[in-house]
Amino acid sequence: MKKQQIVEKSMAGLFFLCACVSIVAVLLICYFMFANGIPAMKEIGFGNFLLGTTWAPKNEPASFGILPMIVGSVCVTLGAIVIGVPIGILTAVFLSRFCPKSLHGVLEPMVQLMAGIPSILYGFFGMVVLVPLLRNIPGCAGVSLLAAAVLLGIMILPTIINLSESAIRAVPDSYYEGALALGATHERAVFYAVLPAAKSGILAAIVLGIGRAIGETMAVIMVAGNQAILPRSLFKGVRTMTANIVLEMGYATGIHREALIATGVVLFVFILIINLTFSVIKKRGESA
Amino acid sequence: MNEPTTAMGYRRNVLDSREHVARRTPSKTPSGRAQALGLRGAVYAAAGLTFFVLLFLIGYILVRGIPYLTPSLFEWKYTSDNCSMMPAIVTTLKMTGLSLLIAIPISVFTAVYLVEYAKRGNRLVGLIRLTTETLSGIPSIVYGLFGLLFFVTQLGWGMSLAAGALTLAIMILPLIMRSTEEALLAVPDLYREASFGLGAGKLRTTFRIVLPSAMPGILAGIILAVGRVVGETAALMYTAGTATDAASGLLSSGRTLAVHMYCLSSEGLHTNQAYATAVVLLLIVLVMNTISALVARKLTKS
Amino acid sequence: MNTKIMVKDLELHYGTFHALKNINIDLPENEVTAFIGPSGCGKSTLLKSLNRMNDLVEGCKIDGKVTLDGEDIYGDMDVNLLRRRVGMVFQKPNPFPMSIYDNIAFGPRTHGIHSKRRLDEIVERSLRGAAIWDEVKDRLDKSALGMSGGQQQRLCIARALAIEPEVLLMDEPTSALDPISTNKVEELVEDLKKDYTIIMVTHNMQQAARISDRTAFFLLGEVVEYSETGELFSSPRDKRTEDYITGRFG
Repeated sequence: MKKQQIVEKSMAGLFFLCACVSIVAVLLICYFMFANGIPAMKEIGFGNFLLGTTWAPKNEPASFGILPMIVGSVCVTLGAIVIGVPIGILTAVFLSRFCPKSLHGVLEPMVQLMAGIPSILYGFFGMVVLVPLLRNIPGCAGVSLLAAAVLLGIMILPTIINLSESAIRAVPDSYYEGALALGATHERAVFYAVLPAAKSGILAAIVLGIGRAIGETMAVIMVAGNQAILPRSLFKGVRTMTANIVLEMGYATGIHREALIATGVVLFVFILIINLTFSVIKKRGESA
Repeated sequence: MNEPTTAMGYRRNVLDSREHVARRTPSKTPSGRAQALGLRGAVYAAAGLTFFVLLFLIGYILVRGIPYLTPSLFEWKYTSDNCSMMPAIVTTLKMTGLSLLIAIPISVFTAVYLVEYAKRGNRLVGLIRLTTETLSGIPSIVYGLFGLLFFVTQLGWGMSLAAGALTLAIMILPLIMRSTEEALLAVPDLYREASFGLGAGKLRTTFRIVLPSAMPGILAGIILAVGRVVGETAALMYTAGTATDAASGLLSSGRTLAVHMYCLSSEGLHTNQAYATAVVLLLIVLVMNTISALVARKLTKS
Repeated sequence: MNTKIMVKDLELHYGTFHALKNINIDLPENEVTAFIGPSGCGKSTLLKSLNRMNDLVEGCKIDGKVTLDGEDIYGDMDVNLLRRRVGMVFQKPNPFPMSIYDNIAFGPRTHGIHSKRRLDEIVERSLRGAAIWDEVKDRLDKSALGMSGGQQQRLCIARALAIEPEVLLMDEPTSALDPISTNKVEELVEDLKKDYTIIMVTHNMQQAARISDRTAFFLLGEVVEYSETGELFSSPRDKRTEDYITGRFG
């Protein structure tokens, strides 16, 4: 019996230790990112680094301004939101309120599949289908901000659809019935009574979609053109922070390499802010 | 905002709501009907577009890729002529196995701690939830950077299977943990009571009764994690590297199928082989998703 | 008559709620004792204190003493060993999602019996003990979840018997069953008291009157009256007991 108690105790300890791994992992990630990135930012100068418009690591003297990449990431993400959010929410509405149950059984796994397709395949698809298609637009280079935005808009669809759908399903039926009782059509009841009630869940979905879009790497690299200059038009190429890291990490050394890690730190801070916003919205939605 | 029927009489209308529901579409004004049609059209169009894009993507890759699936693509040795994906497939298998080997015990035990062991109001539980949520939001490129800084450089492992697998293990931790937690919560307390009532301790109850009952949910999570590992690129480029030979030991570098696919398509020289590789990658993901869906369906049935 | 379990000055709190107040009760060996009373009166709570199932409830605090054969169960005794000696059958049948055989064998295996021969023996003896052997002997490897509710409850009794307990706690064991199954379980209880001390919580006064030797009436966390069953039902000493058994409340 004594031995059994020792086993119970030590296994409970093991479970506890495993539970601490995720905390340790987050601390390690934060520490290594900041410890490697902040010194480079200091050396370059925070202003020069964050607001400088020239990225020329090979010049004499080298210049490490990542503003073009920050603006690039923001523009691409905004574009993805403009394209992905309306389509995603409307699809979620379809799945939750317009679609017969038998069809839902087929479509729901398809949304999961869409979420499971690797970004490299989306990128490849964008490269061989989307880019040639956009080249037909006069003045469009094919690889462009527009291509990245459209592709990311597609890629964030499953995130938006999943979260919005469960938010819509969580709205009590009484809202819908109440609206019908007031003489509203099915469509009006869904859009004016149910959707507003699912607002906070849908907002959380959008925030999470923003996080996915801004962090996406491989797909963007393959369609965005990657010129490290401030984007001037929808039809011109653009480079995101994520692309900056992957494209140059392979051969960067010294301060150049540290500047790339610092780019990662800026991206990481963006992500942390987005995550925080997401959990605040979610918490507020739960308490309301 | 053209709804002449109500406005004032809300209370009365709610009272005899049943009658109205039965009549279903009471909006008789032309503009109301137009609005309804417009909304309905938008919903159908959006859903149609979403699923069209998905099916087109899958169909396009399959149609363009399958004709190029030649035996030379599956030769054991990679050369720049045959572009064989066999070494990459082997590396992918090793990478998947290794990262699961690390991630499964940790994430399942974490979930066990959260659901079975932690007391309510335990501060640590909130912290663990927060950190796992953070982990699941971190983009793979940041994981890649971290792996490069910590495993590859700090620990001096170089670009290697081990560095890649550990990086991926951290990445899939929240995925398996979340699904295990949900599955454990779904196990009825009746089972636990019965087991305790027979004199079984907490450990035995957890391993013999609770975990087996939660198995389908845990499995679904693991399969999703496999899909994630197989499809990952950005976190691996600078942790496991891009060596073309199959990784032989823990400390040797190698490219997984997804990384191989990226290298092929960005070089731009072997487009046909890239299509074929895309087919293989897509099929793996399709199979993984189907199995996961089937397992999950079995879970909801029982 | 030997006292099997003695409860002395027991106080039980769930957080700030005072669920059991000053309970003093002696439960005799090889008899059936019934706990009756309206919902929320504390009868199930007391039952669960007898094998420390209340330990699982967070915020539960127990003062006083419960002894099994004179040994304090809240003292040094190993809780798993206690639950082996004091088995329990729950309100809702709760077989594990495994085969009938594995359900019965779970307890003995827990307590270190692994020999196939001995397990076979125990399984058969327990199922016979719970009067269900003939119904299931041909499908021992089938899932227990495929049985009817009444069969499941008798399986749970058999599962409790398999660990050879001295005391059997039954928490409204027939409340989820149809009349025929209820009848079978009641007959079984009559049979089992030869070898076991049985304590049963029930909502059903007729059931208490039919099968118990002694009955305790609970109200608002207190034992109002505790005496021989015949006496309690024919000439209750307390006005509240009389009101309850004549159906004036609860």
